[in-house]
Amino acid sequence: MLKGKGIPIFITFLTGMIMIISFFIPHKPFGDIEKISLTWYSIIAGFTMLLGVDSLIGMHFRKLKRKDENWFFSLVLIIGFTATVVVGIIETVRFGTAFDERSYFTYIYNYFIVPLQSTMFSLLAFFIASAAYRAFRARNFDATLLLITAIIVMLGRVPLGEQISPYLPKFTEWIMQVPQMAAKRGIGLGISLGALGVSIRIILGIERSYLS
Amino acid sequence: MAISTNFWIWIAALLTLAIYSFLYKDNPFYKFAEYLLVGISIGYGISIYWHNTIITKVYNPLVYDKNFLVLIPLLLGLLMFSRFFKNVSYLSRIPIAFVVGAGTGLSVPSSFEFLFKQIYATMPLKLDIGSLIIVVGVISTLVYFFFSLEHKGFVGKVSKVGITFIMVAFGAAFGYTIMARVSLFIGRIQFLLSDWLGIIK
Repeated sequence: MLKGKGIPIFITFLTGMIMIISFFIPHKPFGDIEKISLTWYSIIAGFTMLLGVDSLIGMHFRKLKRKDENWFFSLVLIIGFTATVVVGIIETVRFGTAFDERSYFTYIYNYFIVPLQSTMFSLLAFFIASAAYRAFRARNFDATLLLITAIIVMLGRVPLGEQISPYLPKFTEWIMQVPQMAAKRGIGLGISLGALGVSIRIILGIERSYLS
Repeated sequence: MAISTNFWIWIAALLTLAIYSFLYKDNPFYKFAEYLLVGISIGYGISIYWHNTIITKVYNPLVYDKNFLVLIPLLLGLLMFSRFFKNVSYLSRIPIAFVVGAGTGLSVPSSFEFLFKQIYATMPLKLDIGSLIIVVGVISTLVYFFFSLEHKGFVGKVSKVGITFIMVAFGAAFGYTIMARVSLFIGRIQFLLSDWLGIIK
């Protein structure tokens, strides 16, 4: 019985319906059930992250074992991962929590993760600019519009824009608040209608691809 | 000018330079920093999950409040690992079904809420040109993404207006993203010149 898809589909239906009902009836017992379900959800969802980590670390271990190309960098990844977890455990023992300001775990965040992540994202400024040069050449009306809007928004957000014209920052604000907002809202409405449709299909068991 | 003597600042500065070396071409220093970032980030993610979920939502309620109900999601979570054993791998569908059910159940009311809020915000409270443009923009954008009708005649014209709005939105989003990245770049250069090399204050 457990091997079939019947029980998982029923569980999906039941949890989905509880969540929907408890939104409209936030009183006992639905309110409590929703709270418990959300806690359970966060606990179980974390295990999916562990599966992902297992898959990634496993892949790099295999690369290391086979001495594949770039195996040294796989070793760097594994050492980075292991060191962070070990430091986290040691600092938890030392300070009661790894997130204490004095702990080396916080140092790892401040001096490894923050600079690496922000530098990685800032690197994109160069590549977005070069990709834009290739993609946005004013070939037709729509591409020209996109290009002009991007330039106005970029100039309107720096002091140079105000030097060119005091109206430029105001015009940028207007673009963000009116035409940009209108299209964003239209796209958002489309996305939420799509999400609604897919969610109802999953809850009713019409969409089952997540079980395959 | 006083170069930093702080070991941690040096680490951050050298890693920053290792990432920027990619601007010349792909090289071992960049790869080192890239793989290190992935390794440390997942280690940090695991630690956050351990602290915020396992300790706060499982260990503490179980040990201090004697709430044995939390054992159920723990067992369901462990069932995920049944994927590694072929003869019982079907058991992993149970926690997946719960996560998918809860996720979709949560998204139904929140999607409705979003829909109503956005429609309400689109309704013009006062008659001005801005409100009118928003109404036209929202409707024409929706028409552009409505593929059940062929984009010909009136519908075609409205969808053309829609694509104009979409292009303005994409241009604005693009400009905004570039500025955000440039601001990060300025932050990194400031760090290198100020915190590390001490050239600027």
